[in-house]
Amino acid sequence: MTTMTLIEAVRAAIQSAMRSDPDVFVIGEDIGKRGGVFLATQGLLDEFGEGRVIDAPLAEACIAGIALGAAMDGRRPIAEIQFADFMWPAINQLVGEAARVRYGTKGKLNAPMVVRCSYGGPVRGGLYHSQSVEAIFAHTPGLKVVTPSTPYDAKGLLTAAIRDDDPVIFLEHKRTYRSVHEDVPDDDYVVPIGSADIKRRGAHATIVTYGLTVHYSLQAAEVLAGEGFDVEVVDLRTVRPIDRETVLESVARTSRVLIVHEDNRTGGVGAEVSAMIAEEGFGSLDAPIMRCAGIEVPAMPFAPTLEAAFMPTAEKIAAKLRELLAY
Amino acid sequence: MKGDAVNARAMTQPNKPSKREGAPPQSQDLPEGLTSSDLLDIYSTMVLVRKLDERVWALNRQGQAAIVASCQGHEAAQLAAVWALRASAPDYFCFTYYRDLGVTTALGLTPLESILGFMAKDGEPMSGARQFPQHGAMPELKFVNSSSVIGPHAPQAVGFALSRRMTGRDTVVACFFGDGATSQGEVHEAMNFASIHRLPVIFLIENNGYAISTPTRRQMAIEHVAQRAAAYAMRGTTVDGTDVIASYQAVSDAVMYAAAGNGPSIVELNVERYLPHTSDDDDTLYRARAEVEEARLRDPLKKLQELLMKAGLLDAGEDAQIREQAQREVDEATNEADAAPYPDDGDVLAHVYAEG
Repeated sequence: MTTMTLIEAVRAAIQSAMRSDPDVFVIGEDIGKRGGVFLATQGLLDEFGEGRVIDAPLAEACIAGIALGAAMDGRRPIAEIQFADFMWPAINQLVGEAARVRYGTKGKLNAPMVVRCSYGGPVRGGLYHSQSVEAIFAHTPGLKVVTPSTPYDAKGLLTAAIRDDDPVIFLEHKRTYRSVHEDVPDDDYVVPIGSADIKRRGAHATIVTYGLTVHYSLQAAEVLAGEGFDVEVVDLRTVRPIDRETVLESVARTSRVLIVHEDNRTGGVGAEVSAMIAEEGFGSLDAPIMRCAGIEVPAMPFAPTLEAAFMPTAEKIAAKLRELLAY
Repeated sequence: MKGDAVNARAMTQPNKPSKREGAPPQSQDLPEGLTSSDLLDIYSTMVLVRKLDERVWALNRQGQAAIVASCQGHEAAQLAAVWALRASAPDYFCFTYYRDLGVTTALGLTPLESILGFMAKDGEPMSGARQFPQHGAMPELKFVNSSSVIGPHAPQAVGFALSRRMTGRDTVVACFFGDGATSQGEVHEAMNFASIHRLPVIFLIENNGYAISTPTRRQMAIEHVAQRAAAYAMRGTTVDGTDVIASYQAVSDAVMYAAAGNGPSIVELNVERYLPHTSDDDDTLYRARAEVEEARLRDPLKKLQELLMKAGLLDAGEDAQIREQAQREVDEATNEADAAPYPDDGDVLAHVYAEG
């Protein structure tokens, strides 16, 4: 066991995979000597050399396309896109191409690739360094979309993603990179893609969330505990596929559900979770399904006051919980 | 050769007939690796491809093929490229595009397999008729055409070449596309990356002068697509893509250049497009009939037939036999495909993810 931050856990998973599997390589902007903008690939160039740690031109479609072509030939590339906001130039290679390789060749080819990417705020990143992009990818059959919130989950999920035979979009919340520490096993282990985790047990209400807002939700649950309420927090960990059983089982026990995410509300992952609960868990509900999500502006604004207005916070989540519990 | 290696002679006279044209091909005139017997094989294949192309167009007009992109006018370039890859590359793999019926047939896709695709019938081997005709993958025949979007296969082809190099395999990767695709950012990104890493990729540009309806002069300010090569410190040549021998020579040179570790090339093959962009297009809206008629004077099939006859390699009787054989093959394939069922919808959900 080693105490690690989330970014250290990411690095450990990549390093271990590269040591054990010669098919694994990394490609991205500034990932060589610089070690990546967030240092996820620090030290990899020295250990594995330029042949497997490839500094790419500033061209995200190229990064994704090169990774996809190599994956179609059986390699297991890990592509790094520096910020989620920079995914859009690569979107055709991922949503249009990688997601369809297996289906469009009736299983003759597949794309065992991982695209890692930092996302989210508030980090004073403004409209182009704070965005959440998971809903677009979660909408796309053929892709898997992973959103860890803790170092332990990040290492186990990234290991699973690298070993997965289908394309995985691996979204790392940049606010969790260095703010969350925990003991992480030194040996390899896998956290299965598509499995949620109950981060806090409770009987009175369920929060379904993922990423940074898992931590905000845990803080809100703590506040509500002081008010006599026992709130459960389900961390989806993967937003495609969603772990329906864990969510429905939790809602069946608590009868009340609040869905929390930082991404915009409309068409967000919460809308899908809400529809799923309405379709399959309606009978166990004692209150309307509620959401606490990013506001309906195109992306998170820059000024601290505007940023705060955008973000779901522990206070906003607690307020929404009180509304839910009072219903 | 470095970035200044653009073939200036070819670039200034891309469509001038080669000096060999009209004269019997003597073995000393043929490019290395290409024999008279190869020329006859290319001719037979070209006859087959033309008949197949005419058939699927007719099937579209009869309501039996939802979409067709014809390769008529591109055949010499397509077949010469495959013959050159086979003869000159230690190993090869092709990323094709939708107008490459000649490439896929030369690589071994049978007329039946193609027609099953055009009719979207069960047994279509590339995508199980999930995709447009000629789309999907035939890794067993060394080619893939994953997408109908223009250009995204270019970085994929380069990534594929990177993978081959990483695993110590000497594979020359041929990436086929049209002149219009070179307007795409992803094609630029692919060329840039390929050249930085000196990857053995050949960008084979079938330049027919039109991106759907938009003529080349509205697509680019340069005269020849191959001029782009200079910006990537890449080899670039322009040849008459209706001339089998010239096309073979150009592709073969690029293959050997790549196989020797010198890096990527652009080979621009100037071809003609005799039919509309696809069966859904009406080229009378933007193309004068006289222009199409003039283009037919360069018909690659007619040119190769004349060359072989003048050389005494083909007589009228043999020619008739080749044509009858091709017609029979296309007719039989059509009948078999016509009798085949559509795919069972029971597996529509299969192959989204790895099974299990």
